[in-house]
Amino acid sequence: MAVQVLVPTPLRKFTNNEETVTVAPGTISSLVDDLEAQFPGIKARLTDDSGELRRFVNIYVNEEDIRFLSGKDTAVVDGDAISIVPAIAGGAS
Amino acid sequence: MPKVLGMKCRECGEEYPTSPIHVCELCFGPLEVVLNWDEIAPRVTRERIEAGPPSMWRYWDLLPVEGPPTVGKNVGFTPLVKAEKLGRELGLNNLYIKNDAVNHPTLSFKDRVVACALTKAREFGYDTVACASTGNLANSVAAHSAEGGFKSYIFIPSDLEQGKVLGTLIYGTNVLSVTGNYDEVNRLCAEAGGKYGWAFVNINLRPFYGDGSKSFGYEIAEQLGWRAPDHVVVPCAGGSLISKIYKGLNELDKLGLIDGVPTKMYAAQAKGCSPITTAIKTKADVFKPQRPNTIAKSIAIGNPADGYIAMDTVRKSGGWADDVTEEEIVDGIRLLGRTEGIFAETAGGVTVSVTKKLAEQGYFGENDTVVIAITGNGLKTQEAVVGKLGQTVGIQPNLASLEAALKTEQLLAGSAS
Repeated sequence: MAVQVLVPTPLRKFTNNEETVTVAPGTISSLVDDLEAQFPGIKARLTDDSGELRRFVNIYVNEEDIRFLSGKDTAVVDGDAISIVPAIAGGAS
Repeated sequence: MPKVLGMKCRECGEEYPTSPIHVCELCFGPLEVVLNWDEIAPRVTRERIEAGPPSMWRYWDLLPVEGPPTVGKNVGFTPLVKAEKLGRELGLNNLYIKNDAVNHPTLSFKDRVVACALTKAREFGYDTVACASTGNLANSVAAHSAEGGFKSYIFIPSDLEQGKVLGTLIYGTNVLSVTGNYDEVNRLCAEAGGKYGWAFVNINLRPFYGDGSKSFGYEIAEQLGWRAPDHVVVPCAGGSLISKIYKGLNELDKLGLIDGVPTKMYAAQAKGCSPITTAIKTKADVFKPQRPNTIAKSIAIGNPADGYIAMDTVRKSGGWADDVTEEEIVDGIRLLGRTEGIFAETAGGVTVSVTKKLAEQGYFGENDTVVIAITGNGLKTQEAVVGKLGQTVGIQPNLASLEAALKTEQLLAGSAS
Protein backbone atom coordinates (compact mmCIF):
# COMPACT_ATOMS: atom_id res chain seq x y z
CA MET A 1 0.00 0.00 0.00
CA ALA A 2 2.24 2.74 1.38
CA VAL A 3 1.39 6.38 0.78
CA GLN A 4 1.03 7.83 -2.70
CA VAL A 5 2.24 11.36 -3.37
CA LEU A 6 1.15 13.28 -6.47
CA VAL A 7 4.09 15.44 -7.54
CA PRO A 8 3.41 18.79 -9.25
CA THR A 9 5.13 19.62 -12.54
CA PRO A 10 7.73 22.04 -11.07
CA LEU A 11 9.07 19.27 -8.81
CA ARG A 12 9.17 16.44 -11.32
CA LYS A 13 12.73 17.16 -12.33
CA PHE A 14 13.64 15.73 -8.91
CA THR A 15 11.54 12.61 -9.39
CA ASN A 16 12.81 11.66 -12.85
CA ASN A 17 9.52 13.03 -14.19
CA GLU A 18 7.54 10.55 -12.09
CA GLU A 19 4.07 11.94 -11.47
CA THR A 20 3.43 9.73 -8.47
CA VAL A 21 5.91 8.52 -5.87
CA THR A 22 5.52 6.50 -2.67
CA VAL A 23 6.62 7.32 0.86
CA ALA A 24 6.31 5.65 4.27
CA PRO A 25 3.42 6.46 6.63
CA GLY A 26 4.05 8.98 9.41
CA THR A 27 3.31 12.69 9.30
CA ILE A 28 3.61 15.43 6.68
CA SER A 29 6.98 16.34 8.24
CA SER A 30 8.31 12.80 7.97
CA LEU A 31 6.88 12.60 4.44
CA VAL A 32 8.94 15.63 3.43
CA ASP A 33 12.06 14.03 4.95
CA ASP A 34 11.31 10.76 3.20
CA LEU A 35 10.97 12.61 -0.12
CA GLU A 36 14.29 14.32 0.51
CA ALA A 37 15.98 10.96 1.19
CA GLN A 38 14.65 9.62 -2.09
CA PHE A 39 15.01 12.79 -4.16
CA PRO A 40 17.76 14.99 -2.73
CA GLY A 41 17.06 18.70 -3.08
CA ILE A 42 13.28 18.47 -3.07
CA LYS A 43 12.89 19.49 0.59
CA ALA A 44 14.39 22.93 0.03
CA ARG A 45 11.69 23.60 -2.54
CA LEU A 46 8.92 22.77 -0.09
CA THR A 47 10.22 24.34 3.10
CA ASP A 48 11.99 27.59 3.96
CA ASP A 49 15.22 28.01 5.93
CA SER A 50 13.45 27.55 9.25
CA GLY A 51 11.91 24.27 8.12
CA GLU A 52 8.38 25.63 7.76
CA LEU A 53 6.37 24.80 4.65
CA ARG A 54 6.61 27.64 2.14
CA ARG A 55 3.50 29.83 2.07
CA PHE A 56 2.72 29.11 -1.57
CA VAL A 57 2.86 25.32 -1.07
CA ASN A 58 -0.49 23.59 -0.56
CA ILE A 59 -0.56 19.99 0.64
CA TYR A 60 -3.67 17.84 0.66
CA VAL A 61 -4.29 14.52 2.42
CA ASN A 62 -7.09 12.65 0.66
CA GLU A 63 -8.26 15.94 -0.89
CA GLU A 64 -8.26 17.78 2.46
CA ASP A 65 -6.02 20.84 2.91
CA ILE A 66 -3.62 20.09 5.79
CA ARG A 67 -4.27 23.58 7.14
CA PHE A 68 -7.74 22.27 8.03
CA LEU A 69 -6.08 19.25 9.69
CA SER A 70 -2.93 19.50 11.82
CA GLY A 71 -0.58 21.22 9.40
CA LYS A 72 2.77 19.50 9.08
CA ASP A 73 1.93 17.26 12.05
CA THR A 74 -1.01 15.79 10.15
CA ALA A 75 -0.87 11.98 10.28
CA VAL A 76 -0.40 10.07 7.06
CA VAL A 77 -1.36 6.39 7.02
CA ASP A 78 -1.14 3.50 4.58
CA GLY A 79 -3.42 4.05 1.63
CA ASP A 80 -3.57 7.84 1.94
CA ALA A 81 -3.25 9.92 -1.22
CA ILE A 82 -1.18 13.07 -0.83
CA SER A 83 -1.19 15.91 -3.31
CA ILE A 84 1.28 18.79 -3.43
CA VAL A 85 -0.14 21.76 -5.31
CA PRO A 86 1.23 25.23 -5.99
CA ALA A 87 -1.22 28.02 -5.14
CA ILE A 88 -3.32 28.80 -8.18
CA ALA A 89 -5.32 31.76 -9.30
CA GLY A 90 -8.96 32.38 -8.66
CA GLY A 91 -11.59 32.00 -11.30
CA ALA A 92 -13.35 35.02 -9.90
CA SER A 93 -12.48 38.52 -8.88
CA MET B 1 12.79 43.35 -29.32
CA PRO B 2 9.81 41.61 -27.73
CA LYS B 3 7.58 43.54 -25.34
CA VAL B 4 7.85 40.75 -22.78
CA LEU B 5 11.45 40.37 -21.62
CA GLY B 6 10.79 37.36 -19.44
CA MET B 7 9.21 36.29 -16.17
CA LYS B 8 10.21 36.82 -12.58
CA CYS B 9 9.20 35.27 -9.25
CA ARG B 10 7.40 37.75 -7.00
CA GLU B 11 8.60 35.88 -3.95
CA CYS B 12 12.31 35.21 -4.53
CA GLY B 13 13.16 37.13 -7.71
CA GLU B 14 14.29 34.12 -9.76
CA GLU B 15 14.04 34.86 -13.49
CA TYR B 16 12.69 32.66 -16.28
CA PRO B 17 12.37 32.97 -20.06
CA THR B 18 8.91 33.85 -21.43
CA SER B 19 6.85 30.65 -21.43
CA PRO B 20 3.50 29.27 -20.27
CA ILE B 21 4.58 28.69 -16.67
CA HIS B 22 3.24 30.30 -13.51
CA VAL B 23 5.13 28.90 -10.54
CA CYS B 24 8.71 29.46 -9.46
CA GLU B 25 10.58 26.19 -9.42
CA LEU B 26 12.61 27.28 -6.41
CA CYS B 27 9.97 28.51 -3.98
CA PHE B 28 6.57 27.93 -5.62
CA GLY B 29 5.99 31.70 -5.64
CA PRO B 30 3.88 33.23 -8.43
CA LEU B 31 5.65 34.42 -11.57
CA GLU B 32 5.11 37.85 -13.07
CA VAL B 33 5.63 39.14 -16.56
CA VAL B 34 8.58 41.53 -17.01
CA LEU B 35 7.88 44.14 -19.69
CA ASN B 36 10.52 45.90 -21.73
CA TRP B 37 9.88 49.38 -20.33
CA ASP B 38 12.90 50.92 -22.05
CA GLU B 39 11.30 50.22 -25.37
CA ILE B 40 7.66 50.77 -24.37
CA ALA B 41 7.96 53.98 -22.35
CA PRO B 42 9.16 56.37 -25.08
CA ARG B 43 6.26 55.60 -27.39
CA VAL B 44 3.37 55.65 -24.91
CA THR B 45 1.55 58.96 -24.60
CA ARG B 46 -1.95 60.03 -23.56
CA GLU B 47 -2.62 60.99 -27.16
CA ARG B 48 -1.55 57.59 -28.48
CA ILE B 49 -3.83 55.84 -26.01
CA GLU B 50 -6.77 58.19 -26.67
CA ALA B 51 -6.41 57.58 -30.40
CA GLY B 52 -6.69 53.82 -29.83
CA PRO B 53 -9.80 51.64 -30.06
CA PRO B 54 -12.61 52.04 -27.47
CA SER B 55 -11.55 48.80 -25.78
CA MET B 56 -8.88 47.57 -23.36
CA TRP B 57 -6.59 47.26 -26.39
CA ARG B 58 -6.04 51.03 -26.43
CA TYR B 59 -3.45 49.99 -23.79
CA TRP B 60 -1.94 47.33 -26.05
CA ASP B 61 1.56 48.73 -25.44
CA LEU B 62 1.22 47.86 -21.74
CA LEU B 63 -0.23 44.36 -22.09
CA PRO B 64 1.95 41.21 -22.28
CA VAL B 65 1.21 40.17 -25.87
CA GLU B 66 3.50 40.63 -28.85
CA GLY B 67 1.08 40.83 -31.76
CA PRO B 68 -2.32 42.48 -32.23
CA PRO B 69 -5.24 41.02 -30.24
CA THR B 70 -6.65 37.93 -31.95
CA VAL B 71 -9.39 37.22 -29.43
CA GLY B 72 -11.67 39.63 -27.55
CA LYS B 73 -11.00 42.70 -29.63
CA ASN B 74 -13.98 44.60 -28.18
CA VAL B 75 -13.42 43.92 -24.49
CA GLY B 76 -13.23 46.70 -21.93
CA PHE B 77 -13.43 50.50 -21.83
CA THR B 78 -16.59 50.12 -19.79
CA PRO B 79 -18.35 53.17 -18.32
CA LEU B 80 -17.03 54.99 -15.27
CA VAL B 81 -20.33 56.25 -13.88
CA LYS B 82 -20.53 59.27 -11.57
CA ALA B 83 -22.81 57.89 -8.86
CA GLU B 84 -24.60 61.03 -7.64
CA LYS B 85 -27.52 59.38 -5.87
CA LEU B 86 -25.56 56.58 -4.25
CA GLY B 87 -22.97 59.18 -3.31
CA ARG B 88 -25.62 61.22 -1.51
CA GLU B 89 -26.70 58.13 0.45
CA LEU B 90 -23.13 57.45 1.49
CA GLY B 91 -22.13 61.09 2.07
CA LEU B 92 -19.64 61.09 -0.80
CA ASN B 93 -19.58 63.88 -3.38
CA ASN B 94 -17.25 62.19 -5.85
CA LEU B 95 -18.29 58.57 -5.96
CA TYR B 96 -17.85 56.55 -9.16
CA ILE B 97 -18.86 53.08 -10.31
CA LYS B 98 -16.47 51.35 -12.70
CA ASN B 99 -19.11 49.23 -14.36
CA ASP B 100 -17.78 45.96 -15.71
CA ALA B 101 -21.29 44.52 -15.30
CA VAL B 102 -21.63 45.64 -18.93
CA ASN B 103 -18.28 44.43 -20.19
CA HIS B 104 -18.38 42.87 -23.64
CA PRO B 105 -19.14 40.05 -24.33
CA THR B 106 -19.97 38.15 -21.12
CA LEU B 107 -20.77 40.92 -18.65
CA SER B 108 -17.92 40.63 -16.20
CA PHE B 109 -14.37 41.89 -15.77
CA LYS B 110 -13.19 38.39 -16.65
CA ASP B 111 -13.44 39.29 -20.33
CA ARG B 112 -10.33 41.44 -19.80
CA VAL B 113 -8.16 38.63 -18.47
CA VAL B 114 -9.46 36.13 -20.99
CA ALA B 115 -8.89 38.39 -23.99
CA CYS B 116 -5.31 38.78 -22.84
CA ALA B 117 -4.81 35.08 -21.97
CA LEU B 118 -6.28 33.70 -25.19
CA THR B 119 -4.41 36.13 -27.40
CA LYS B 120 -1.30 34.91 -25.58
CA ALA B 121 -2.37 31.24 -25.84
CA ARG B 122 -2.48 31.65 -29.61
CA GLU B 123 0.97 33.24 -29.58
CA PHE B 124 2.24 30.22 -27.64
CA GLY B 125 0.65 27.92 -30.23
CA TYR B 126 -2.11 26.33 -28.13
CA ASP B 127 -5.31 25.08 -29.74
CA THR B 128 -7.05 24.00 -26.52
CA VAL B 129 -7.82 26.19 -23.52
CA ALA B 130 -9.27 25.45 -20.09
CA CYS B 131 -10.10 27.06 -16.78
CA ALA B 132 -11.30 26.47 -13.25
CA SER B 133 -14.11 28.87 -12.57
CA THR B 134 -16.78 30.10 -10.20
CA GLY B 135 -18.81 31.13 -13.23
CA ASN B 136 -17.80 34.44 -14.73
CA LEU B 137 -14.51 33.07 -15.97
CA ALA B 138 -16.32 30.01 -17.34
CA ASN B 139 -18.65 32.25 -19.36
CA SER B 140 -15.79 34.30 -20.70
CA VAL B 141 -13.43 31.46 -21.60
CA ALA B 142 -16.28 29.62 -23.35
CA ALA B 143 -17.33 32.71 -25.33
CA HIS B 144 -13.83 33.70 -26.35
CA SER B 145 -12.95 30.10 -27.26
CA ALA B 146 -15.92 30.10 -29.60
CA GLU B 147 -14.81 33.41 -31.08
CA GLY B 148 -11.19 32.34 -31.41
CA GLY B 149 -11.84 28.79 -32.61
CA PHE B 150 -10.21 27.12 -29.62
CA LYS B 151 -11.32 23.82 -28.15
CA SER B 152 -12.19 24.38 -24.49
CA TYR B 153 -12.70 22.56 -21.19
CA ILE B 154 -14.39 24.42 -18.37
CA PHE B 155 -14.32 23.13 -14.77
CA ILE B 156 -17.01 24.47 -12.42
CA PRO B 157 -18.30 23.58 -8.95
CA SER B 158 -21.55 21.61 -9.32
CA ASP B 159 -23.59 24.04 -7.17
CA LEU B 160 -23.09 27.00 -9.50
CA GLU B 161 -25.97 29.35 -10.34
CA GLN B 162 -28.03 28.13 -13.29
CA GLY B 163 -27.49 31.37 -15.21
CA LYS B 164 -23.76 30.87 -15.15
CA VAL B 165 -24.05 27.25 -16.28
CA LEU B 166 -26.33 28.12 -19.20
CA GLY B 167 -24.16 31.12 -19.99
CA THR B 168 -21.28 28.71 -20.48
CA LEU B 169 -22.98 25.83 -22.29
CA ILE B 170 -24.43 28.18 -24.90
CA TYR B 171 -21.00 28.65 -26.46
CA GLY B 172 -20.58 24.97 -27.27
CA THR B 173 -17.83 24.08 -24.84
CA ASN B 174 -17.08 21.05 -22.65
CA VAL B 175 -18.30 21.77 -19.12
CA LEU B 176 -17.04 19.53 -16.33
CA SER B 177 -19.22 20.00 -13.26
CA VAL B 178 -17.17 18.95 -10.25
CA THR B 179 -18.75 17.69 -7.04
CA GLY B 180 -17.04 20.03 -4.62
CA ASN B 181 -16.43 23.68 -3.88
CA TYR B 182 -14.30 26.03 -5.96
CA ASP B 183 -11.14 25.31 -4.00
CA GLU B 184 -11.55 21.64 -4.82
CA VAL B 185 -12.13 22.43 -8.49
CA ASN B 186 -9.01 24.55 -8.39
CA ARG B 187 -6.91 21.78 -6.85
CA LEU B 188 -8.13 19.27 -9.42
CA CYS B 189 -7.23 21.66 -12.23
CA ALA B 190 -3.78 22.24 -10.77
CA GLU B 191 -3.30 18.47 -10.70
CA ALA B 192 -4.61 18.16 -14.26
CA GLY B 193 -2.78 21.24 -15.46
CA GLY B 194 0.41 19.62 -16.61
CA LYS B 195 -1.21 16.46 -17.89
CA TYR B 196 -3.04 17.36 -21.07
CA GLY B 197 -1.06 20.15 -22.70
CA TRP B 198 -3.89 22.66 -22.42
CA ALA B 199 -3.60 26.38 -21.87
CA PHE B 200 -5.25 26.69 -18.46
CA VAL B 201 -5.89 30.42 -18.42
CA ASN B 202 -5.75 30.73 -14.65
CA ILE B 203 -2.96 28.20 -14.15
CA ASN B 204 -0.12 28.00 -16.66
CA LEU B 205 -1.16 31.24 -18.42
CA ARG B 206 -1.88 33.01 -15.17
CA PRO B 207 0.89 35.66 -15.36
CA PHE B 208 -0.43 36.81 -18.76
CA TYR B 209 -4.07 36.38 -17.81
CA GLY B 210 -3.71 38.44 -14.63
CA ASP B 211 -2.14 41.37 -16.42
CA GLY B 212 -5.33 41.81 -18.46
CA SER B 213 -6.81 43.21 -15.24
CA LYS B 214 -4.37 46.11 -15.29
CA SER B 215 -6.64 47.64 -17.93
CA PHE B 216 -9.34 48.09 -15.25
CA GLY B 217 -6.95 50.45 -13.46
CA TYR B 218 -5.74 52.22 -16.62
CA GLU B 219 -9.31 52.97 -17.63
CA ILE B 220 -10.27 54.40 -14.25
CA ALA B 221 -7.37 56.86 -14.45
CA GLU B 222 -8.01 57.87 -18.06
CA GLN B 223 -11.75 58.26 -17.47
CA LEU B 224 -11.10 60.47 -14.43
CA GLY B 225 -9.18 62.79 -16.75
CA TRP B 226 -5.76 61.16 -16.31
CA ARG B 227 -5.54 61.02 -12.56
CA ALA B 228 -5.61 58.30 -9.93
CA PRO B 229 -8.58 58.18 -7.53
CA ASP B 230 -8.15 58.60 -3.77
CA HIS B 231 -9.78 55.26 -2.95
CA VAL B 232 -10.77 52.10 -4.82
CA VAL B 233 -12.94 49.38 -3.25
CA VAL B 234 -12.49 46.00 -4.90
CA PRO B 235 -14.13 42.61 -4.33
CA CYS B 236 -11.58 39.91 -3.53
CA ALA B 237 -11.75 36.25 -4.41
CA GLY B 238 -8.38 34.90 -5.59
CA GLY B 239 -6.93 38.32 -4.75
CA SER B 240 -5.47 39.18 -8.15
CA LEU B 241 -7.68 42.04 -9.39
CA ILE B 242 -6.98 44.43 -6.50
CA SER B 243 -3.22 44.14 -7.01
CA LYS B 244 -3.49 44.53 -10.79
CA ILE B 245 -5.59 47.70 -10.56
CA TYR B 246 -2.95 49.16 -8.26
CA LYS B 247 -0.18 47.95 -10.56
CA GLY B 248 -1.94 49.56 -13.52
CA LEU B 249 -2.17 52.92 -11.77
CA ASN B 250 1.47 52.78 -10.76
CA GLU B 251 2.56 51.94 -14.28
CA LEU B 252 0.73 55.01 -15.61
CA ASP B 253 2.52 57.08 -12.98
CA LYS B 254 5.89 55.59 -13.93
CA LEU B 255 5.17 56.52 -17.55
CA GLY B 256 4.34 60.08 -16.53
CA LEU B 257 0.75 59.77 -17.77
CA ILE B 258 -0.67 60.60 -14.34
CA ASP B 259 0.77 62.65 -11.53
CA GLY B 260 1.23 60.33 -8.55
CA VAL B 261 -0.82 57.52 -7.05
CA PRO B 262 -2.36 58.62 -3.74
CA THR B 263 -4.80 55.76 -4.13
CA LYS B 264 -5.71 53.63 -1.13
CA MET B 265 -6.95 50.14 -2.02
CA TYR B 266 -9.73 48.43 -0.03
CA ALA B 267 -10.56 44.72 -0.10
CA ALA B 268 -14.20 43.62 0.10
CA GLN B 269 -15.37 40.10 0.92
CA ALA B 270 -18.43 38.29 2.22
CA LYS B 271 -18.28 37.25 5.88
CA GLY B 272 -19.00 33.72 4.66
CA CYS B 273 -15.68 33.70 2.83
CA SER B 274 -13.27 36.27 4.17
CA PRO B 275 -9.70 34.93 4.40
CA ILE B 276 -8.20 38.12 2.96
CA THR B 277 -10.24 40.71 4.85
CA THR B 278 -9.86 38.77 8.10
CA ALA B 279 -6.08 38.67 7.74
CA ILE B 280 -5.98 42.42 7.04
CA LYS B 281 -8.34 43.34 9.87
CA THR B 282 -6.44 41.19 12.38
CA LYS B 283 -3.08 42.41 11.03
CA ALA B 284 -2.01 38.80 10.51
CA ASP B 285 1.00 37.86 8.37
CA VAL B 286 -0.59 34.66 7.15
CA PHE B 287 -4.16 34.20 5.94
CA LYS B 288 -6.11 31.18 7.11
CA PRO B 289 -7.97 29.27 4.40
CA GLN B 290 -11.72 29.02 4.97
CA ARG B 291 -14.55 26.83 3.80
CA PRO B 292 -16.76 29.22 1.86
CA ASN B 293 -20.41 29.58 2.79
CA THR B 294 -21.95 32.58 1.04
CA ILE B 295 -24.39 33.51 -1.72
CA ALA B 296 -21.55 35.52 -3.27
CA LYS B 297 -20.32 32.44 -5.10
CA SER B 298 -18.26 34.29 -7.68
CA ILE B 299 -15.92 35.41 -4.90
CA ALA B 300 -16.19 32.30 -2.70
CA ILE B 301 -12.57 31.26 -2.73
CA GLY B 302 -11.41 30.03 0.66
CA ASN B 303 -7.79 29.51 -0.35
CA PRO B 304 -6.92 32.57 -2.43
CA ALA B 305 -3.82 32.05 -4.58
CA ASP B 306 -3.04 35.75 -4.65
CA GLY B 307 -4.14 36.38 -1.08
CA TYR B 308 -0.71 37.58 -0.03
CA ILE B 309 -0.44 39.97 -2.92
CA ALA B 310 -3.88 41.35 -2.11
CA MET B 311 -2.87 41.85 1.53
CA ASP B 312 0.40 43.52 0.49
CA THR B 313 -1.45 45.83 -1.90
CA VAL B 314 -3.90 46.98 0.74
CA ARG B 315 -1.15 47.56 3.30
CA LYS B 316 1.27 49.24 0.94
CA SER B 317 -1.41 51.62 -0.31
CA GLY B 318 -2.63 52.53 3.18
CA GLY B 319 -6.09 51.08 2.58
CA TRP B 320 -8.19 48.70 4.64
CA ALA B 321 -10.67 45.85 4.34
CA ASP B 322 -14.12 44.81 5.49
CA ASP B 323 -16.66 42.07 5.02
CA VAL B 324 -20.45 41.92 5.05
CA THR B 325 -23.28 39.54 5.94
CA GLU B 326 -25.52 37.73 3.46
CA GLU B 327 -28.29 40.22 4.21
CA GLU B 328 -25.97 43.15 3.58
CA ILE B 329 -24.98 41.62 0.24
CA VAL B 330 -28.60 41.67 -0.92
CA ASP B 331 -29.03 45.18 0.54
CA GLY B 332 -25.99 46.30 -1.45
CA ILE B 333 -27.37 44.91 -4.71
CA ARG B 334 -30.70 46.67 -4.07
CA LEU B 335 -29.06 49.93 -3.02
CA LEU B 336 -27.01 50.12 -6.21
CA GLY B 337 -30.03 49.16 -8.28
CA ARG B 338 -32.43 51.73 -6.84
CA THR B 339 -29.92 54.59 -6.71
CA GLU B 340 -27.96 54.14 -9.92
CA GLY B 341 -29.97 51.77 -12.09
CA ILE B 342 -27.16 49.24 -12.15
CA PHE B 343 -27.88 45.58 -11.43
CA ALA B 344 -24.71 44.03 -10.04
CA GLU B 345 -24.12 40.42 -9.15
CA THR B 346 -23.61 39.28 -5.57
CA ALA B 347 -19.95 40.33 -5.59
CA GLY B 348 -21.15 43.85 -6.43
CA GLY B 349 -23.53 43.72 -3.47
CA VAL B 350 -20.53 42.86 -1.31
CA THR B 351 -18.51 45.77 -2.66
CA VAL B 352 -21.28 48.36 -2.37
CA SER B 353 -22.08 47.32 1.20
CA VAL B 354 -18.43 47.28 2.20
CA THR B 355 -18.06 50.78 0.72
CA LYS B 356 -21.04 51.88 2.81
CA LYS B 357 -19.46 50.44 5.96
CA LEU B 358 -16.11 52.05 5.23
CA ALA B 359 -17.82 55.39 4.56
CA GLU B 360 -19.67 55.13 7.88
CA GLN B 361 -16.40 54.40 9.64
CA GLY B 362 -14.88 57.58 8.19
CA TYR B 363 -12.33 56.13 5.80
CA PHE B 364 -13.20 58.59 3.03
CA GLY B 365 -13.26 62.39 3.04
CA GLU B 366 -16.58 63.69 1.65
CA ASN B 367 -14.87 65.23 -1.39
CA ASP B 368 -12.43 62.38 -2.00
CA THR B 369 -12.69 60.51 -5.29
CA VAL B 370 -13.93 57.02 -4.46
CA VAL B 371 -14.31 54.27 -7.06
CA ILE B 372 -16.34 51.10 -6.52
CA ALA B 373 -15.28 48.20 -8.74
CA ILE B 374 -18.38 46.44 -10.05
CA THR B 375 -17.12 43.27 -11.67
CA GLY B 376 -20.18 41.27 -12.73
CA ASN B 377 -23.82 41.43 -13.78
CA GLY B 378 -26.82 40.73 -11.55
CA LEU B 379 -28.71 38.89 -14.26
CA LYS B 380 -26.30 36.00 -13.72
CA THR B 381 -27.03 35.60 -10.01
CA GLN B 382 -30.77 36.13 -9.83
CA GLU B 383 -31.16 33.29 -7.30
CA ALA B 384 -29.57 35.56 -4.70
CA VAL B 385 -32.38 38.10 -4.79
CA VAL B 386 -35.41 35.97 -5.67
CA GLY B 387 -38.15 36.63 -3.12
CA LYS B 388 -36.33 39.62 -1.62
CA LEU B 389 -37.38 42.39 -3.98
CA GLY B 390 -41.05 42.93 -3.25
CA GLN B 391 -43.83 41.74 -5.51
CA THR B 392 -45.49 42.60 -8.76
CA VAL B 393 -48.99 44.03 -8.53
CA GLY B 394 -51.57 42.11 -10.55
CA ILE B 395 -54.32 44.09 -12.27
CA GLN B 396 -56.97 43.58 -14.94
CA PRO B 397 -56.48 45.20 -18.36
CA ASN B 398 -58.83 48.10 -17.60
CA LEU B 399 -58.49 51.57 -16.11
CA ALA B 400 -60.73 50.86 -13.13
CA SER B 401 -58.47 48.09 -12.02
CA LEU B 402 -55.40 50.30 -12.51
CA GLU B 403 -57.04 53.14 -10.53
CA ALA B 404 -57.90 50.78 -7.70
CA ALA B 405 -54.38 49.43 -7.60
CA LEU B 406 -52.78 52.90 -7.58
CA LYS B 407 -54.91 53.81 -4.56
CA THR B 408 -53.64 50.95 -2.50
CA GLU B 409 -51.12 51.90 0.07
CA GLN B 410 -48.94 48.98 -0.87
CA LEU B 411 -48.37 50.17 -4.42
CA LEU B 412 -47.81 53.83 -3.51
CA ALA B 413 -45.24 52.75 -0.93
CA GLY B 414 -43.66 50.51 -3.50
CA SER B 415 -43.33 53.21 -6.12
CA ALA B 416 -41.94 55.74 -3.67
CA SER B 417 -39.10 53.62 -2.34
